[in-house]
Amino acid sequence: MTNTQATAIVDNGVNVEAILGAREALDATPEAAQFKWRVSSDWVNGTHTTTKINKFFGLGEEQDRGKEFAVDMDHPEVFASEDNAPTPVEVVLSGLAGCLSAGVATIAQNREIQLRSVRATIEGDMDLQGILGIDEDVRNGFGAIRVKFDIDADASDEDINALVAQSQKRSAVFDILTNPTNVFVEVN
Amino acid sequence: MRCVSTVIIGAGQSGLAFSHELTARSIDHVVLERAEVANSWKAERWDSLRLLTPNWQTRFSDYAYNGPDPDGYMSMKEVASFLKDYAAYCSAPVETNTQVLSVTAADFEYLVKTTNGDWLCQSVVLASGACNKSNIPGIANEFPNSVSNIGLHQYKNPEQLEDGGVLVVGAAASGAQIAKEVQTSGRQVTMSVGEHVRVPRTYRGRDICWWMVATGLMDTPYTEVDDINRARKVASLQLMGSDDRADIDINSLRALGINIVGRLQGLRESQALFSGALKNHCALADLKMNRLLGTIDEWVNERELNSEFDPVHRFHDTKIDANTPLQFDLSSNDIKTVIWATGYKPDYSWLHLPVLDRKGTICHDGGIVSNMSGLYVMGLPFMRKRKSSYIDGASGDAADLAHHLASNLKRKAA
Repeated sequence: MTNTQATAIVDNGVNVEAILGAREALDATPEAAQFKWRVSSDWVNGTHTTTKINKFFGLGEEQDRGKEFAVDMDHPEVFASEDNAPTPVEVVLSGLAGCLSAGVATIAQNREIQLRSVRATIEGDMDLQGILGIDEDVRNGFGAIRVKFDIDADASDEDINALVAQSQKRSAVFDILTNPTNVFVEVN
Repeated sequence: MRCVSTVIIGAGQSGLAFSHELTARSIDHVVLERAEVANSWKAERWDSLRLLTPNWQTRFSDYAYNGPDPDGYMSMKEVASFLKDYAAYCSAPVETNTQVLSVTAADFEYLVKTTNGDWLCQSVVLASGACNKSNIPGIANEFPNSVSNIGLHQYKNPEQLEDGGVLVVGAAASGAQIAKEVQTSGRQVTMSVGEHVRVPRTYRGRDICWWMVATGLMDTPYTEVDDINRARKVASLQLMGSDDRADIDINSLRALGINIVGRLQGLRESQALFSGALKNHCALADLKMNRLLGTIDEWVNERELNSEFDPVHRFHDTKIDANTPLQFDLSSNDIKTVIWATGYKPDYSWLHLPVLDRKGTICHDGGIVSNMSGLYVMGLPFMRKRKSSYIDGASGDAADLAHHLASNLKRKAA
C-alpha cells in the first residue's frame, strides 16, 4: 500500500450508497426485489443469431432503458461457419467476467480499496464429443472453467483474495454456472 | 390461574441465569420447563457430543466448573448435571414437566397456558433456546423412499443407521463430527459442504476459545457489527471437543476417506446435484480463519507477549480435488441415509404474538422483543454479544435484560 493513496478518496465509479440503500429498501419490500431479465433473438443465417436486449421487469414495474443493445453470436471458421461474432459459450464466459468484475469493483468500493486495473482471463474446457453426439458420457457444456484475475489495487494480497472470494459469493453468473437451474423451453 | 410478575420459559442455562438475576432483584417469577432442567442438552443431542468450549468456559457470573480438567470438554450428561447443580445453587423456582401450550397478550399482561395450569404475568422471558427443531430444507422431501432422512434431533449414533452409504449434508460442527464418526463406523460417508467457519482447535498452544475470550472477540457487542442479521446466521465453528484436541476440518475429514462434495443444490431422479462453488466456499473459510489468526497475532504483538506463546504458524489451505463430482447417483453409491446437519431453529409454534418476521425469526433488539413491552428472548446467536448463545454468555445477557425488565415493571407500577 502506498501512503499517498491511503488518504485519497476511493473512487471505483461505483455508487455504494445507492446499492446499500436499495438493499435496505428491498429487504423491507421483497416483492419489489422480483426481477425478470429478457432477451429476444432472431436467427440471421447459418449459425449466426442476433439478440436484442432492452426491457426488463423490476421494482414492481416494467423498466424501459429507452435504448436497445444487440449481442451477436456465430461459430468460427473451423466449424465451417462465417465467424461473424463470438460463440454463445464465449458470451457465457464474458457474462462470468462481467459479473465477477462488477462484483470486485463494488465490493472494493464498499471496503474502500482503490482499484487501478482488474483483468480476468477465463478459460473453459469443452470436449466436442458431447455436442457432436459422439460420446453420450461427455456433457455438452464446460468440463471446467478457470478464472484468473490480475488486480492492481491499493490492498494486500489477502485483501484482494478476499475481494475475489466475496465477488464469487455474490455473483449471479457464478451461481448460474455452478448450480443447476430448471429451464423450460416451449414452442409458440 | 396463578399470577406472577415474570414467567421464564425454559430451564437451560438462559432461563436459569435469568432466574438468578430476578431473584437478586426480588422479582417474583417462575421457570416453566417442559421436561427437566437442561432437557435439550440431555435428550436432544447425539451420544458422543461434547461441548465445543472448554470446561473453564462453562461458567456463570458466580458459579463455574471447578473440576480437575479445566481444559477438557463436557459430555452432554455432564452439562446437564452442571446445570442441575446450578439450578439448585440459585434455588431457581422451576416447575418441571410443564409444557407451555400458548402465550397470548391480554390487557397489558401475558397469559401463559401450560399442561399444568395457566399463569398471568407482566413479563415473559423466552429462554427455550435456538435449537428446538432440526432445520431440514424442503429438498429432503424429494429424496426417494429408499433413503432415510435423519435430522439432528433424531441422530444418536452410527449404530442406528442402516448399513450402506451415508450422505451428510452440512459441514458445521454437527455435520463434521457426525461425518467423522459415521465414516469411522465403516459406512462410506459423502459430505456436502457449503459455507462453513473453519477454525483450528488450538493455536499457538492455546484453545481457540481461549483466544476468542482473551482478544475480546467473544464480547463483541451486537451494536458493533456491520451486518448483525448476517452475523446471527453464521454457522457454528467447525470444532469438536475431544481428548486429543484434534482439528476437524475438510482436510482431516478427507484424510479419513470421506468424499467431499459441494453444497447440495438439487435432485434429479436418483441423481443428487452439487454446487461447483465448493472451491470458493473453502477459500472463504480459509481466508476468514487466517483473518482470525491474524487478529490473534496482532493482539499478541501489541502486548509484546510473543515469548509466552508458541510461534506464529498457518495451516494448510483446504485441498479441493479438481475432479470433485457435481452429480452423485444415490442408488449406485448405495446411499441409505441422509443426515441433515443443516442447523437448528427455534420452535415458536406456541407463541401467539405478532413478533415474528416473514421468515419466522423473532424481531428483537438485543433480546428486547420489538413492539411487545415486557417480552424478552434469551440465548439466540449473537443476541447481545458474540457469546450470547454460549453458556458463558448467559449471565451477562440475563443481567442486562433483567435490568431492563425491572425498570419496565417499575414504570408500570408508577
